[in-house]
Amino acid sequence: MATMVMKRLDKATMIAFGCSILLIAIGAIAEPNFISSDYLLQQLQTASFLGIIATGVMLVILLGHIDLSIPWTISIGGMMATAATGFFGETLGPFLAIPFGLACGAAVGLVNGLGVAYLRAPAMIFTLGMNAVAQGLMVFHTGGFAPQDRGLPIMRELATGRLIPGVPNPLLIWIVVGAATIFILTRTTLGRRIYAIGNKERAVYLSGVDTRRVLLICFMISGACAAAGGILLAGWANRSYQAMGDPYLLPTIAAIVLGGTNVLGGRGSYIGTVAGVILITLLQSILSVIQPQLFFAELGFRVPAEVFRQIVFGVVIISMLLLYGRERLQR
Amino acid sequence: MSVESGLSTKGGRSWEAWGHWFTAQRGLLISLVIFAIMFGFYAWKLEVGLSASMVNTAANKGALLALVAMAQTIPVLTGGLDLSVGMVFVLTNCLAASVVNGDPRMTALGIIVVLITGLVCGIINGIIIVYGRLQPIIVTLATGAVFFGVALALRPEPGGSVNFEFADFMTTSFFKVPSSVILLLAVVLFIWIPYRRSVLGRAAYAIGSSEHAAYMSGVPIARAKIMAYALAGFLAAIAGLLLTALTYSGAAKASLGADYTLNSIAAVVIGGTSLFGGAGSAIGSIFGAFIMRTVGDLLIVFDINPVLQPLFVGIVLLFAVSLGSLRLLRIKNKLDLYR
Amino acid sequence: MTVGTAPLLRMEAITKRYGGVRALEDVRFECDRGKIHALLGENGAGKSTLIKILAGVVQPDSGQITLDGQPISFNSPAAANAAGIACIFQELSLLPDLSVADNIAITRPPMRFGLIDQGAQRRLAEEALARVGGEDIHPLAPVGDLPLSRRQMVEIAKALARTPKILILDEATSALTAADVTKVFRMLKQLKADGMAIIYISHRMHEIAELADDCTVFRNGRYVETFAAGTKSDDAIVEMMIGREYSSVFPPLPEKKSGGPSMLSLKGLSWAGQLNDINLDLKAGEVVGLGGLDGQGQRQLLLALFGTLIGVTGTIEINGKAVKMSNPGRAKSEEIGMALIPEDRKNEGLMLPMSVRDNLSFASIEGFSRFGIVDRKAEAVAIDDMIKLLNIRVGDIDGPVASLSGGNQQKVVIAKWLMTKPRIILLNDPTRGIDVGTKQELYELLRRLAEGGAAILFYSTDYDELIGCCDRVLVFYNGAVVRTLEGAALTEHNLIASAHNLPTSTKAGAAQVFATEAAS
Repeated sequence: MATMVMKRLDKATMIAFGCSILLIAIGAIAEPNFISSDYLLQQLQTASFLGIIATGVMLVILLGHIDLSIPWTISIGGMMATAATGFFGETLGPFLAIPFGLACGAAVGLVNGLGVAYLRAPAMIFTLGMNAVAQGLMVFHTGGFAPQDRGLPIMRELATGRLIPGVPNPLLIWIVVGAATIFILTRTTLGRRIYAIGNKERAVYLSGVDTRRVLLICFMISGACAAAGGILLAGWANRSYQAMGDPYLLPTIAAIVLGGTNVLGGRGSYIGTVAGVILITLLQSILSVIQPQLFFAELGFRVPAEVFRQIVFGVVIISMLLLYGRERLQR
Repeated sequence: MSVESGLSTKGGRSWEAWGHWFTAQRGLLISLVIFAIMFGFYAWKLEVGLSASMVNTAANKGALLALVAMAQTIPVLTGGLDLSVGMVFVLTNCLAASVVNGDPRMTALGIIVVLITGLVCGIINGIIIVYGRLQPIIVTLATGAVFFGVALALRPEPGGSVNFEFADFMTTSFFKVPSSVILLLAVVLFIWIPYRRSVLGRAAYAIGSSEHAAYMSGVPIARAKIMAYALAGFLAAIAGLLLTALTYSGAAKASLGADYTLNSIAAVVIGGTSLFGGAGSAIGSIFGAFIMRTVGDLLIVFDINPVLQPLFVGIVLLFAVSLGSLRLLRIKNKLDLYR
Repeated sequence: MTVGTAPLLRMEAITKRYGGVRALEDVRFECDRGKIHALLGENGAGKSTLIKILAGVVQPDSGQITLDGQPISFNSPAAANAAGIACIFQELSLLPDLSVADNIAITRPPMRFGLIDQGAQRRLAEEALARVGGEDIHPLAPVGDLPLSRRQMVEIAKALARTPKILILDEATSALTAADVTKVFRMLKQLKADGMAIIYISHRMHEIAELADDCTVFRNGRYVETFAAGTKSDDAIVEMMIGREYSSVFPPLPEKKSGGPSMLSLKGLSWAGQLNDINLDLKAGEVVGLGGLDGQGQRQLLLALFGTLIGVTGTIEINGKAVKMSNPGRAKSEEIGMALIPEDRKNEGLMLPMSVRDNLSFASIEGFSRFGIVDRKAEAVAIDDMIKLLNIRVGDIDGPVASLSGGNQQKVVIAKWLMTKPRIILLNDPTRGIDVGTKQELYELLRRLAEGGAAILFYSTDYDELIGCCDRVLVFYNGAVVRTLEGAALTEHNLIASAHNLPTSTKAGAAQVFATEAAS
């Protein structure tokens, strides 16, 4: 059993987890509070948003495609959920808000899936186009009338409450979503087919599988996951706004790839993605603890904190991938 | 392509040569026609008529994206992708707003520094991709973040300035031809066409077509890839210079870089270059870029709220890629769908 | 030893390992100017590895190579090219999006003012094509648009355009038409007369008999023997290759059974001008071969039956009931029970990086699942049975299928489909590029399956196979069945004659003409 677990945890996952622990250690030296359970729990809660969003994108990447419509699908999820009372009224709205937000996200995924699977359009371009369309629709939505943009109590509860004492709700949701994803990937025919399509869709088709349906399902899951992230973010911030999804595209893809998933599809484990998500989250928060800009300000260089966030982000991704993401020499 | 040799060898075969040329350039020609129709319609609908300054403005807007799209084309031809072009564009814009200044000598030196910076960014991308053996998408995603970080460090607040003669020169018209269009022509004539006909340029197509076969054929893969990304950085730097001349300042805006990166990919595809590599042309990307910009102009003509521009750009993009699906109607063996 | 007597190329004590697997062990090989040297051996004997070393694709772990008496080593194909070694590979090394001329001149294009001289390049391509007899190919056509046989001609022209000292052909003729083979052979003989050294690899014994001056046999990564061509019988050579007594490869054909109801019957099946009015009755327990020259519609028939072709007209009846074959999923369904063993196992049969286990159960996974959840115990039991049944040699069942040998990979493809318990089995040239030992096992398997009640449609490019395995053979020509050969009429001579759509003859003399025509 132990060997099974070790086998599962491939090199990428181990290194990503290892680096996370290293980051915590560095943080603890700089700021003793860093290692408190409260702080770490808060980190996990922040990671949950990214983790839920990354779940769907990972499935799409495993298929050998990509979903660039994530930013505005997040916004659609958040904005449609907050606007639900406007559409359905004060009594029905609160009940339908979350399903409605999820359905809107899944609808974006549906169109993506139809385009990629049935029209055989390149996913990178088609989802890019859908991102612009989603953006346009949301602009139209806010331009047409004054929409309800406050988070509903139920969304707020979902994002900030603790159904199980000590476990923030978003983390709980991530655990449930993650467990379901692991089950799908390892134990179901759908999971087998996802990996297989990422390796050789032609062979999968000739094995009598309707590969288009698998693509469609995964794009819909990706849309729904992004919308779920949007709903939680709207609840967390207690309001929704247009560009709320913008900062999430790059960290999502980075987290998945750092977790050892091949960007070209076919290979990757969900545990790896979890490791990648935690690593990215810690990386972003540790810079706000260490505050390198203060050090540079003492030297006379006044630079925004964002500079370090960006540079460290880029350098860490490349150096980690140089450690384990290299392709074998073509021979 | 030398048509003369086609005529000289075997008379009947010259038509075949034209046929192959036409097939190879089909994507480019389609994008040219679509652009001509869209722009013609725009000019016709415009009640006040097309003034020189409007042409100039339209050309400038289009040229920025066209340059970034040309930059994007070259890595795409190798089967890669450069998600950092937009950030190199922003970085060189911020840099130019500081160094392209002062007397003519200093200005010239500044321009050279900016171009070299772009080139170096590209070479860094290329070296990491080739010798690090990493996926271009993820490498350029990461280096893009670094480039943006540097841009932000250079220019935390929007501002800076640029040599006015230089800026005027870049934004004026010569014999009613906007200098941005002349710049594009110059880039095509002195950079793209020689590159296309060089060994490394053809190697880029070869790698995109089949990297394994290219390796087996003794194509210099490492050099060709580094060259492709280097050239992408260089062209993005030219775009950064033009932006500085147009705005008289530099600004490190992440959304600007991301916009240009994503739109450049769209322009490349609309321009007829295959995202899988091996086929296409940077000239097509120029028309692709102008098509995307004309969508915005058409909205004004039709009196549609300009904030809806993304919606229409998105629809044009979806429409463009869905056009490619027409080939599905001709497919008689479903296996051809699954490569 | 003086330089004058040293051979052009000498390889000594070459050893190459991949991980723990030994591909070549202390091997030697020599070849000389003006000679065609055939390299023989089963798949996995080490021929390909030796060629890859010569072509600079892989480097040997130890050993010496001398060219013209000078020690050499190549770290890339470019270096091997520069030294005058050109390879024509089984897997094409062509760039599909580039023009024929670009491909032919890819390594050292003619230059002018630092740029590629398009006109000179085109003339160079035309000359090279004319030399190999491919004048019909337009130098500006994109290679990807050419049919396979034309592409192979471009590949040969490309190798020749480099004016190599040593030319290596690795199964280079397998995709060519008979007429092309004639041209290529004539060209090879001319090159030999001009003093080029040629290394020739082929599974077709008659080609080697016609061309080779010397032969070297490898077995299991070791050197066995070098001898002058024509000094050993075919049987003796085959024995050398497989290292054991080589008796009849084909299991005996059973007595002709009286006809039962037909499981699969086709009436007037046509498609896109490539299939014309095909009629067929296939009964349980029958093995029916599809013969004829390569590319006459045999593959299309199998694909039409498996539901991948659009616009097929005519009727397909399964057990007397007309059905519409819309996709492979339908063909696989319980109601129809069809399986297709595809020709290209790397792209159509297997997901190479995935485990042997996942590949084996992939087509039959629904059978081991409830509500989409896989019963892994039932799956493991079925997989174990199948591995035993087909005698598949797997190191690690959870390791990637790519690590298996070619023959074992093919067995995995077949096993994957047998796990669906098919009643109608379509085989698309399943033995191409597989060693003799595995072939023999497959022939026996086919017979066992037929005896078990399956109906089998078997396309092969190997005439011996059709004669040895099939109850009858439908010979295709231009998308139509021109003749059905059965019993005593099922001979190589008749197969070849029918393949060219010429009358079959009992007179050996007449058939002999056609036989030589195809073989030469």
